[in-house]
Amino acid sequence: MTGLGSTMPKLRVRGATKVYETRSGDLLALDRCSLDVMPGEIVSIVGPSGCGKTTLLWSMSGLHGLTGGEVLLDGKAITGPNPAIGMVFQEANLLPWRNLDSNIHFPFEIKREKPDREWIASLVSRVGLDGFGGRFPRELSGGMQQRAALVRALSFKPSVLLMDEPFGALDSFTREEMNHLVEEIWMDTRTTIVLITHSIEEAIFLSDRVVVLSPRPGRVANIYEVPFPRPRSMEIMATKEVFDLQNAIKREIVGEQKSRYAALQALPDAIPAPTH
Amino acid sequence: MSDDAIPEFSSAKSGDGSEVGITNLSAFSSGPGIKSAREVLAIILVAIIVIGGAEFLIRFFNVPAYVLPTPSAVAMAFVTDFHLILPHLGYTLVELLSGFAIGAVIGLVMAAVITQFPFVEKVVTPYILLLVTTPMLALVPLLILRFGFGYTPRIIAVALAAGPMVMINAATGFRRVDRGKIALARSYGASTLQIFWKIRAPMALPMILVGLMIGSIFGLLTAVGAEMVGGGFGLGNRLTSYSSMIQMPQFFAVVLLLSILGILIYVLFFWIGKKWASWEA
Repeated sequence: MTGLGSTMPKLRVRGATKVYETRSGDLLALDRCSLDVMPGEIVSIVGPSGCGKTTLLWSMSGLHGLTGGEVLLDGKAITGPNPAIGMVFQEANLLPWRNLDSNIHFPFEIKREKPDREWIASLVSRVGLDGFGGRFPRELSGGMQQRAALVRALSFKPSVLLMDEPFGALDSFTREEMNHLVEEIWMDTRTTIVLITHSIEEAIFLSDRVVVLSPRPGRVANIYEVPFPRPRSMEIMATKEVFDLQNAIKREIVGEQKSRYAALQALPDAIPAPTH
Repeated sequence: MSDDAIPEFSSAKSGDGSEVGITNLSAFSSGPGIKSAREVLAIILVAIIVIGGAEFLIRFFNVPAYVLPTPSAVAMAFVTDFHLILPHLGYTLVELLSGFAIGAVIGLVMAAVITQFPFVEKVVTPYILLLVTTPMLALVPLLILRFGFGYTPRIIAVALAAGPMVMINAATGFRRVDRGKIALARSYGASTLQIFWKIRAPMALPMILVGLMIGSIFGLLTAVGAEMVGGGFGLGNRLTSYSSMIQMPQFFAVVLLLSILGILIYVLFFWIGKKWASWEA
């Protein structure tokens, strides 16, 4: 999909380092992470919990600053929230006091822009929410809420879509449905997508590349290419190649944890025994 | 196994919104909601039994009117002397509305500002609690000494009673920070002001309404109490005046009017809450 002249990465993370100051001292969450995301690419970030995935994604969105390193969007450093970036959060994060229409128009209200009604209407019917515009979030299922959140994130045609474990709270059937929806929308829009997920299956289904982060402090442990054609049918997802890749990634994540565990086991020898 | 033995369905049906977690807010979800003609009939029947019973008992035991007038006498006084009481209702309403408006605005602004600065909030909260727990009626004699027998001391007393109530509840509302929703607004480049008006304020609204309701009821109590302490007008003044002249039917007519006023305040906020804060329940 790398067309002419698009050899420059859309998103470029260089040496991203993040230190959180906590009561019990500084905590290194991200350690010199570097990653290029090409235009129109879907990249998933996976890794054990607490490895800094969300920190990395939020720094890409400009919502969190970095302690060291930088994030470049089209070659320009991101220093704060950027209008070209759309964000989908864990849970749907709809505003409960607004109906669906009003939730979807929220970004335009903040940006003080006129919404592109035609585009929004096409997105709404694509995700199957026609006729639900007047409903309030509490009247909708989790899947419908997350679909509305997807429409909201795409409503202003962002060139990059960042998704922070978007479907983690959904049941597995709804989740699969949502994955197909994202694939379908991507086939149309070719929006660059960076996705955090706990599901390796989801990562493989959606991504061109899967980035595995090491346990804290998060470092890029490995990057796996996912060479399967799209749309990725059930037949493709059931092949041995997919299965092998899935296992390799799983082993990588578990292995990272294991070696960390082994290091901890080895630690007591290095510490002098307390004298009584 | 019989058809009605499926527990999930029977328990789901019983949920009519009355089991809301935050007790304060349940005022908006439960409460006056008349459903069927049968319920209306039952309510009227109970009222007839209670009022008629009181009428009968008072007459039967020959309770003198200066101890307890019959409901019919109270109703008569309410109708015949209403033109005498009406101006005083006006005075009380002026005190209540202006005092409440002043107190509520100050309370709301203070709540919105203070919750932005946790340190300031920590320092100020004990004094607010002091204002909430001290009956402001205690200050009325002092206020009368300073400001005379006019509207001023009463309006100040109402503002002092209502303001802290509004503030403490609104502050609870403003403290409900949802980081996810604020991040959402920020991701579109929202300013601090936009975050306040589009996220913090609507999130606080249900608690603000609770504060306004409690504040206005406390304001009414304080207004009537202050009128009883001194000055020649207002419903509270009528209470002391009628009781000193042993005009008990008139006295109870004023009490009845105050009850109606209190209920109207409650219904008003209940209605506003249903309209603007129903998403909470």
